[in-house]
Amino acid sequence: MKTKIDEILTNYDNGGRDTLIPLLQEIQEKEGFLSEEAIVKTGKKLKIPTSKIYGVATFYNQFRFEPVGKYHIMVCRGTACHVLGSATVLQELESQLKIKAGQTTRDGLFSIEVVACIGACGLAPVLNINGEFHANVTAESIKNIIDTYRAKEQ
Amino acid sequence: MKTKSNITTREYLQQLTIGFETGKMPQAEDLKTVQNKTIIYIGAGTCGLGAGAGKTKTAIIKYLTDKKVDADIIEVGCIGLCTAEPIVDVQIPEKSRISFSNVTADKVDTLLDAVFAGITDGFKTLGQFENKENKPWNNVPRISDHPFFIKQKRIVLQNCGIINPVSIEEYIARGGYQGLIQVLKKFSSDEVITTIEKSGLRGRGGGGFPTGLKWRLAYKTQSDQKYMICNADEGDPGAFMDRAVIEGDPHRLLEGLAIGSYAIGASVAYIYIRAEYPLAIERLKIAISQAEEYGLLGHGILGTGFDLKIKIKMGAGAFVCGEETALMHSIEGYRGMPSPRPPFPAEKGLFGKPSVINNVETYANVPDIIQKGWEWFSSVGTEKSKGTKVFALSGNVKNTGLVEIPMGTTVRQIIFEIAGGIRNNKKFKSVQIGGPSGGCITEENLDIQVDYQNLIAVGAMMGSGGLVVMDEDTCMVDIAKFFMDFIQRESCGKCIPCREGTKRMLETLQSITSKPKPNDNRDALERFQGVVQLEKLAKVIKETSLCGLGQTAPNPVLSTLRYFRHEYEAHVFERVCPAGKCTDLRKFRILTDKCTGCTVCSKKCPTSAIIGTRKAPHFIQEDKCIGCGACHEACKFEAIEMI
Repeated sequence: MKTKIDEILTNYDNGGRDTLIPLLQEIQEKEGFLSEEAIVKTGKKLKIPTSKIYGVATFYNQFRFEPVGKYHIMVCRGTACHVLGSATVLQELESQLKIKAGQTTRDGLFSIEVVACIGACGLAPVLNINGEFHANVTAESIKNIIDTYRAKEQ
Repeated sequence: MKTKSNITTREYLQQLTIGFETGKMPQAEDLKTVQNKTIIYIGAGTCGLGAGAGKTKTAIIKYLTDKKVDADIIEVGCIGLCTAEPIVDVQIPEKSRISFSNVTADKVDTLLDAVFAGITDGFKTLGQFENKENKPWNNVPRISDHPFFIKQKRIVLQNCGIINPVSIEEYIARGGYQGLIQVLKKFSSDEVITTIEKSGLRGRGGGGFPTGLKWRLAYKTQSDQKYMICNADEGDPGAFMDRAVIEGDPHRLLEGLAIGSYAIGASVAYIYIRAEYPLAIERLKIAISQAEEYGLLGHGILGTGFDLKIKIKMGAGAFVCGEETALMHSIEGYRGMPSPRPPFPAEKGLFGKPSVINNVETYANVPDIIQKGWEWFSSVGTEKSKGTKVFALSGNVKNTGLVEIPMGTTVRQIIFEIAGGIRNNKKFKSVQIGGPSGGCITEENLDIQVDYQNLIAVGAMMGSGGLVVMDEDTCMVDIAKFFMDFIQRESCGKCIPCREGTKRMLETLQSITSKPKPNDNRDALERFQGVVQLEKLAKVIKETSLCGLGQTAPNPVLSTLRYFRHEYEAHVFERVCPAGKCTDLRKFRILTDKCTGCTVCSKKCPTSAIIGTRKAPHFIQEDKCIGCGACHEACKFEAIEMI
């Protein structure tokens, strides 16, 4: 049976080493993360040892090896956000969801990721949930934000 | 409906191409279309969307359909004033374009009602755009007189927030692609490079290497294939000008890149852009296909023998990929680790071929230098640093956003005149410039003129141009710790001094900001030793690292040590944080005469450190207190003070 990964790989016939990162990016975009299967199959396709692919994938912050939650929360920890209190925001978020950065809640709804800078420094501190921006977040406003997403699920 | 202009964009481009040979130039004026329909512009860059431009747009569409108003909506990029987002501009036929700030969805109906009735009083305006043909609004200042814009000189950002970024026609109507055509028709590669050399343009990505010289090196190297690379992997936390340029005016980057490629003889160009900027990537893709359609990119551009294919490569989130050799390895599909130079990329770069890497802002300067001449460009700025620089203002200032100023403007002017000073009437403490590789500038150095040399002289650097302003409540040790944490995570691991040294520096900073252990002498000894080592270690890391990341890694610590040694000393010896930011060093006390025994604080305390009975004064158990300050914020009677 052909899986989704096989389908993605067919677009990369005759691909060289330089297609490795775009390929991994496409797999992650469609699957949400890089599974063991994906890495092994990519290796066979591009004729690169699995260990080397793993080496590249772990080097870059973008790649994940576990699925993310339905609502993926990116917390910006850039300088401007730090000066305006993103550390407290992250702390509050972690205690609200009862997970640490990099983890997913048990119900699979939320996951937190810390990113270096989203580039919306003028609106710091910033959160990005599934592509939607939340500007000027405070420890107090976190609960409301989380609640609106929880309410969508009920 | 737009009435037809005198000539189509295609005809104009053709006439322009011939014009450079015959000397008979068409006028961009002819491309102007007469508007007889209202246009509403919405600032929809990432920052605008973050402030709620999406909801504003939905509200405007609803208003227009409900009231049956015939108007076009155009999404533009970011004009630069983030605090005023969402920004909505309205252009009624024959009236000047007027710009309103902070238009949230709920304000849309009243605002549009008033504007269509000709009233602007009572609404926050940024100003109106000047235009001779249109009637101005009464009592509305010009946007160029707005305190945020008046000191700026916009070259790179001239179209951002004004034109439709996904319309190549608008870019051309404002003189776009004229530089490229001029170069293809009139200039040899050598002449292009000479123009750039004479203009004095230096790399805007951090190092400040003369752009013309870099191009000449690659031009001189013989090869069957050369590459032009644009570094849009804006990794500096606190900088976002590249994103704004690409989101607001992508064609400017493409034109600059194409001129550069022609100069060095490259037929393939790469744009290495962060995956975190999805909107910018999307707009870039649209722009490339538009330019190809008009024959401004692709095979045999404008009937000359020059081919150029521009490819987009998405970065995967590694700060070190801002280093040119690391970036090239990343494009090749390897771990983004730097390699020793020489060989320099201009001789042996991407896939072993001669390559040139420049930053987005550098390329965005090129079209205007060609069009207006090097004399014009070098008349702006200081003696050794020409042109303008875009800075990303953020932190504790009133007006956050992007500003483009001529080199030579003082830091004080930027912070107190353009940015409007410090928020909430606090006192200025310091400004961090140049991101993790840069340093901080204090009150005493605020009057230095911004250029490459002056910034280095005070221990900072231009970097990519992030300016993070900090007020009196900021702890400088905490800031240094923040940067070391960032650098230590982003170190690629190739050189041991950088990989291990930054980690040890971070540990030292963590130990001086961690909770005091009064009876642990070993802890105290280690802390003192660590601090003594800090400067020594910093020197070793600087001198023995291979790439720019390692060589500048200790800068945040060195620069804060230089100006705020007393704060470090307070942390080390007195074990207090003067700014009250380091939670582990904070202590709280309940004033018994003010405490009413309401129990709010004990309920808020995450570690149950507060004890006491109802209606009687409470107490904080010091050994359990983590210094989070939740009680301090919760108390309504100001009975809890920080000591």
